[in-house]
Parts: sequence; C-alpha cells; structure tokens
Amino acid sequence: MNLHIDDFKNDDVATLKLSGEIDAYTAPQLKEKLLGYVKEYDEVQVDLEKVNYMDSTGLGVFISALKTSKENESKFKLINLQENVYRLFNITGLNEVIDIENTVQGGM
Amino acid sequence: MKEAFDFLEMKLPAKSEFVGVLRLTISGVANRMGFSYEEIEDLKVAVSEAITNAVKHAYYDEETGEVTIGFGLYEDRLEVMVADHGGSFNLKEVKEDTGPYDEGVPVTNMREGGFGLFLIDALMDKVEINNNHGVIVLMTKFLYENEVGQNDDQISTSQ
Repeated sequence: MNLHIDDFKNDDVATLKLSGEIDAYTAPQLKEKLLGYVKEYDEVQVDLEKVNYMDSTGLGVFISALKTSKENESKFKLINLQENVYRLFNITGLNEVIDIENTVQGGM
Repeated sequence: MKEAFDFLEMKLPAKSEFVGVLRLTISGVANRMGFSYEEIEDLKVAVSEAITNAVKHAYYDEETGEVTIGFGLYEDRLEVMVADHGGSFNLKEVKEDTGPYDEGVPVTNMREGGFGLFLIDALMDKVEINNNHGVIVLMTKFLYENEVGQNDDQISTSQ
C-alpha cells in the first residue's frame, strides 16, 4: 500500500519508475516529485510497469503533469501500463490526451 | 419473504492511509463471493473512489472523523455502502463536475479531479447516492456466473 519511486536521468530525459499503488495516500508525494521533474527536464517518462493499482487520484496527478509540461514546452509520457491501469485512461477518454506507450499484458 | 444475506461492517478513520485497508477488505470479500479478477479490480477502484470522496469532501482538514463501510453479501450481488457522518458536500456541484473528457477541450482547461463518481458509475452496475445526513454512496455489483470452463482448474470454496 505504498508507492516507491526510482529515477533515472540522462541529459535531458528523466525516467521515473514507479512501483506499488497510486491512491489518495500516495498521490501527493508522487505529484510533488513528478512536477519537479517535468519543470526541470525536456522529456519525462513515467514507467508504470510495477504499478498494480491506480484510481482517479493518479489520473489527477498525470493531468497536472501534462499541464505543467505544456507550460514548459517539454514532453511527458506514460509507458508500460498494466491492463487494469490503462482501462481507467480508456474509460475517461484520457488515453486520447496523454501520450501513452507500451501497455503490457495483451497490449491494448 | 426476506432475502437472506450476510452483512459486514467496518469503521475506518477518515484518513487517506486507510483507503488501502478498505481495498484489501473488498478484495477478500469479493474473492470469497466468486467475483473474477477483473471484477475485483473494478470493485477496488469503485470503493476507493467512494472513501476518497468521503475523506476529502466531508472532513476537509479535520482528521478526526470516521467513515462507515457496510458490505451486503447476497446470493447474486454485492452491495457496498460508504457513509460519512460529517458535513455534506454539494451533490449537484459534484455531479456537474464529473464525466469523461471531450477531445476538444484544451489541455490547460482540463480539470484534475471529478473522475471519482464517474468511475464509480462506470465500474459498478448500480449506484445510489443519498445526501441527507452526511453522504451515503450505495453501490451494487452483480455476480454473473462465470463462463463454463473458465474455472475448471480451481476448487471453489464458495459451494
């Protein structure tokens, strides 16, 4: 019931690898960290391969990151989503707005 | 004749760190009833949204309240009730601020919240909200028989 964040940086690109669950408890720390990266780097990707649970609090964080990236003219994308996590982007229509790559487990 | 069912009730502090505890509980209850993996994932999101709403809207910064969650286990369905006894929020406002995105909306105008009720509605079969004394969300998910063969290699513990 926690969220662990690992970061990998090279030049202009930062990758955040998340593992655990994104909910009302873990979303605030993710938001703070992610927005910092989006302001600092030209390209930020968030690897969700090890995120096995996410709800609307996570959607809120990623919308916020997308907005910040537009303001800073940087790139923001999500990679390696599990099927149940991708489903929420699909239901809400956010898959049309946020750059999403490489969904895992059946690759929708 | 009254329909037979089992009822579970739990009270949790209205704090976000307990949202995960509720997910573990709903997972156990739904698994016991024979819901599929996908249905259990839907239930986890729906009940988390409900308790997150209760934690956020009803108490604001006062972390003193509690949220009551009731589970009604019926033969053909699971009913989950999430109730806060704190102040109530403006239901009309909440409903208006919910729903999927239109593709035409510019990114800068996109809202960051308001998906909670929309997801509950999308993931559950039936949703009722009562706003008279605090807020009560009543959600129902029906138990459909799994396709024949799907669970052949499992020993059912619910029979």
